[in-house]
Formats: sequence, structure tokens, C-alpha cells
Amino acid sequence: MSNISKKFKDMTDTGLLLTITIVVFFLMYIGAIVFQGKGFLKPQTFFNILNANAALIILACGMSIVMITGGIDISVGGVTALVSMSCAVYLDYKGGNVAASMLIAIGIGLAYGLVQGFLVAYLDIQPFIVSLAGMFFARGMTTIVNTNPFNVQNESFVALKDTRIIVPGMGSVNKLGKYVNAYVEIGVIVALIIVILMFCLLRWTKLGRSFYAVGGNKQSALMLGINVKRTKFMSHMLCSLLAGIGGYVYFLHVGSGAATHAQGAEMNAIASSIIGGTMLTGGVGNIIGTFFGVLSLSTIQNIVSSAGLDQAWWTGITIAAMLCIFLVIQSVVMARKKRAVKK
Amino acid sequence: MKSVISKSIILLMIVCMTAVFAGCSAAEEPEGSDAAPAQGEELITIGFSQVGAESDWRKANSQSMIDTFTKDKGYELIFEDAQQKQQNQITAIRTFIQREVDYIVVAPVTEDGWDTVLEEAKDAGIPVIIVDRQVAVSDEGLFTCWVGSDFELEAAKACAWLKEYCDRQRIKQDEINIVDIQGTIGSSAQIGRSKGLKDAVRKNGWHLLDEVPGEYTQAKGREATARMLAKHKDVNVIYCENDNEAFGALEAIEAAGRKAGSNIRAGEIMVISFDGVSQLAIDDLRAGKISCIGECNPLHGPRVRKIIENLENGVTPEKYEYVDEDIFSAYEELTEIQTEGKSYPVKIIGK
Repeated sequence: MSNISKKFKDMTDTGLLLTITIVVFFLMYIGAIVFQGKGFLKPQTFFNILNANAALIILACGMSIVMITGGIDISVGGVTALVSMSCAVYLDYKGGNVAASMLIAIGIGLAYGLVQGFLVAYLDIQPFIVSLAGMFFARGMTTIVNTNPFNVQNESFVALKDTRIIVPGMGSVNKLGKYVNAYVEIGVIVALIIVILMFCLLRWTKLGRSFYAVGGNKQSALMLGINVKRTKFMSHMLCSLLAGIGGYVYFLHVGSGAATHAQGAEMNAIASSIIGGTMLTGGVGNIIGTFFGVLSLSTIQNIVSSAGLDQAWWTGITIAAMLCIFLVIQSVVMARKKRAVKK
Repeated sequence: MKSVISKSIILLMIVCMTAVFAGCSAAEEPEGSDAAPAQGEELITIGFSQVGAESDWRKANSQSMIDTFTKDKGYELIFEDAQQKQQNQITAIRTFIQREVDYIVVAPVTEDGWDTVLEEAKDAGIPVIIVDRQVAVSDEGLFTCWVGSDFELEAAKACAWLKEYCDRQRIKQDEINIVDIQGTIGSSAQIGRSKGLKDAVRKNGWHLLDEVPGEYTQAKGREATARMLAKHKDVNVIYCENDNEAFGALEAIEAAGRKAGSNIRAGEIMVISFDGVSQLAIDDLRAGKISCIGECNPLHGPRVRKIIENLENGVTPEKYEYVDEDIFSAYEELTEIQTEGKSYPVKIIGK
């Protein structure tokens, strides 16, 4: 017991919250296998969760970075919709090619980062307000680009969208006794690379450490000689860039443009970050936690819908309950830890 | 000191377990009900992905499925409402595949974008039955069959009624100025009904002043009609692609100080509608506010059940099965209309 208590005390806040997230995710998945059996035993079920949420993983990574720096960005869902629609129109109506459409996505992301980052960091406007305006602008622009939803027919794009990366040894036998390979989409690979890159950035680079410093205590960060404004600017830059990339991954998954795409994605990204142990007050958070946060959130959605309860509000209610539970765990654990350390 | 730590760890465990059970306790229910199927037989599980609950037609359609596939008839229906989003439908179909249902029934929100997920259903060996709107897929083998309405024929019949009506009332065909309040763009009903109207406009020399989306809802129907009444002073026919849009159109016509009715000569605005599902629409028809309704039958449950029974017995169903539908009107003099060389009776709704 004393060993555990020592470890508990030695853990950083970030590490502690990360542990909670990972433990809960595995408990939940095991629970799903025990209670719901067959579906969750198939590896493809897990891969489908990844396929459907690759974009959310990328958006949540960006969200975690701004949240660690003490900000917030609720424009990411809007940017996703704008990217999907712009790329869809470019590919189908303007006869564009796939590589250039990726540049459009990144371009939209960078432009958003530039404007929002500047407004937040250098003009000192509340990030919530700036990104709220950004969200409305993106949703409005999406409708201006094209009003009606449509599916992209561009052949090379469809080929890219339908590319399945076979995961060896994970397939399963279907009803008719045929062996079906397990697969992931390209977006999942992109998301995993981004998770690793962002993890390294936050852990080992000067910029990454400054995010924590600025979010933890702006005054101290300033005294340490950190350029607070530039750091804030960079966090928004990164978040919007990731929103651009995430938007493209979303587009690659759905293959269509629509003004209603990714509705509420920003809220799911915030929820995932919180579940993953990122604190809204800044200074605390971890990308691996965010990754597991997205998985927990989407697994719970999957459990609810495969239990036949997908009447929309059930998903909402379970997510709300889950968020509450996590926030309570976070604050209880942090309070206990503070007390333990003091003693 | 130690007790504080151990207590907090115990607390953590309890909360974690609560989180797990909160998600899973609900999952036990279907398993429990599986244990007691009707007459000791295996229940046939059907996953049904419905578009949403945007109109009366849709609600009647959902209800028909729910009433048909009940436990005591030997079925278990998993009903998923996609809230007008194709993405939700694709997720729902993936969930059905994951749950290994016996049949998947889809009322698709749009026509394109189904290849990938239908391929997955085929890989999993689950037959897919499409209802209502159609799907445009590269390989027709991806779904087992389709059952629904011939929307273009519905439109052709309604337009034939309008033409005959004008002839009998000695209204010149080129005095007809129509505004089309369209349904959800890209849905089969919208495509069919808009195309049927366009063909008739070309054939009869009517004027189609505008086409605006009304998304099959009353609110959008009202908004669009109000806009059109202000923009086009000479409009005399509002062609609504479902009843709910027509209800909205009637509100807008009254709000604009105009009168809805068949007497175009006297400055009334004629409303033509589709579906004829709710009693309200029939009442409006009887009151002369709506002039003509092309019926669209929502009771797909029994038809889908027949297909499933056939499939269970190894009988291959027809690939496309069209539903027979009527045309309703309160104008007693016109009892029969002709379109494309075939004649159809008009069902007169008495005053």
C-alpha cells in the first residue's frame, strides 16, 4: 500500500489523469465484451470505431493543445464542414485533383489559425468569442460555397476514399462462413501519425513545454522569458491546422460535402479532451489521454447504439453522464492528491 | 494518511465500475428478451435505418414498420432514426452488421454514396432491403430489392389532373404560373416529383416561375411560399412536394391576404400536394384549400414483411416493386385522368 501511495504522490497531475482515462477505457471495453458479446469480440468493431473517429482524434489533438495553453477553439467543427464542402466543390465542379484538394484543406486551416491566433494572442480577445465568430463564419461560408449536400464522384478521390489497409491476422468469419479481412482507412494512419507527432511535440520540444507553462501560469511563464503571445498564437495556429487536416480526413471518410457535416464536432473534441484528462483551466493534459478520450467517447456511443438505444437522446445522455463522472473523478483525485502531498 | 489514499483508490474503482455499468446495464435488456422468443422459435432480427421524423408520411412509415415487426409475430426490430443525415445511416448500418442482424432495411436519405457500406453488408452476408427512396449504386447486386412508390408517376398524375381541370374550367394552359416547393434535394421523391412537373410544364405550355427547396417541413414550406408570393405577383399554382409543405404554404397564403382554392380565375391560389397521409390534409382537401393530392402510400411494413417471408422460404423477390397509388380530389366532375396513354381513376373526397 505504501508503495502505491508513494507512486500516487510522485505522479504528475497529467500522468495521474492519463492513467484514469486509460483504465476506464479498458474497463469499459471489457464490460462491452462481457455484456454484449459477439460484436465487440470482433477486431473490426474496434477498427470501425477508429475509422469513424479518425477525424475526431485529429480535431481533439488540436483542441487539447489550445486547452493546455488555457484557451479554447470551438470553430473546428465549422472548419471541418468548410473544408469538406470546398474540397467537394473543387473536386467535382472545378475538375480539380486530389493533391491540390489537400492543399486547399491545409490552406483553410492555416488561414483560420492566422486570423484567430492573431486576434487571441495579439489583440487579447477572448478565445471563446473569437472562435465562436469563426464557427459562424465557417458554417455560413460552407453554405455560400454550395447549399445542397452532394457526394463526390471524382474517380481518384473515390479510389483513395475506398482504400482499405488490411490489418493482418485480425479478420473474422462472417455468417456465410467466409473469411473477411479486418481493415482500417487511410485516415486512421494519418490520425495515428498526428497523435505521435503531437505527443513528441508536447513532451520534448521547447514550444511544447511553453504551452504547458503558459497554460499553467501566464505570469511565471512570462518571467521565465517565454514569449507568451507567440506561444498562444502558435497554439491556435496548430489547432486550426489540425482542424484543416482533420477536416480532410473527415471528408475522406464521408466522401461528401454538406453544410451540416461535423455538427457538434467541436463539442465532441472538447469532451474527448476532458475525458482524456486535459483541464479547461490549462496547464494539464496529454495527447495520449486525448486519444483514449476519443476512444472512450466513441465506444460509449457504440455501446449505446448497439444496445438498440440509439434514439439520439440516449447517446447524448450517456455522454453527459460520462463527462460528469470524469469531471468528478478528476476533481476528487486532484483534491485528494493535493491533500496527500501537503501532509 | 494511508487510509486517505486507500479510500480514494476504492472510490476511484467504484466510480469506474459505475461508468462501465452505466454504459452496459442497458445492454443486458435485449439479451434478456432474446432468451424468451415467441413459441420457442428464434426471433428474426431486422435493423431498420429510417431517415428521420420530418413529415407525417415519414411518421406513418415508421409506425407501419414498428407495428409489423413485433415480438409476437416473431421479429425483433432495431429502429434507428438518422435525423436526416446519411452519415448516421451509414453508422447505423455498420452497427447492424456488428450486431449480426438477419436483415437490414434502409430508407435512404439520398441516392448516392452507398457503395462502401452496402459492400460491407454484402461481405457480412446480410440481405439489404431498400424502401421508399432509391439508391444509385455501381452494382445492383449490392442490395436485395427495393420497394416504394413511383414518384414520377405520382407527379404525372397530379399534373394530368391540373391540365384536365383547366380544360374543363376553360382556363388557358399558358395562364398557369407554377412555383415548385421542392422536397429534400437529392431524395427520390424530390427528383421524381420535380421531373414529373417539369415534363408536364414543357408538354402543356405552363410557366414554371421558380423552384425552391422546402425540405418537406411545414416551417420551410411556409417560409418558401411567403418568399415566392412576394417575388412573383402572378403565381396561381403552388406545387408542394408533400403535405407538410402544403400546410406551410396554406399558412403563408393566408398570411399574405390571399385565398387558397381551385378558382384560379377569381384570384385564388391553387395548392397541389402529395402524400395524403394525415387526416388534416384530407380535411383541407374537403374544405377546398388543397385542390389535388397525389397519394403516396407509407404502409411499407407489410410489404417488407412479405419480402422477408419470401426470402426465408428461398423465394427471390422482384428487384423493384412499385406500390399502387391513388389521386385524391374534391372536384366531382373529374373522375378519370389520362397520362402516357393509361387512364387512372380519381378518388373523389366528398364534401
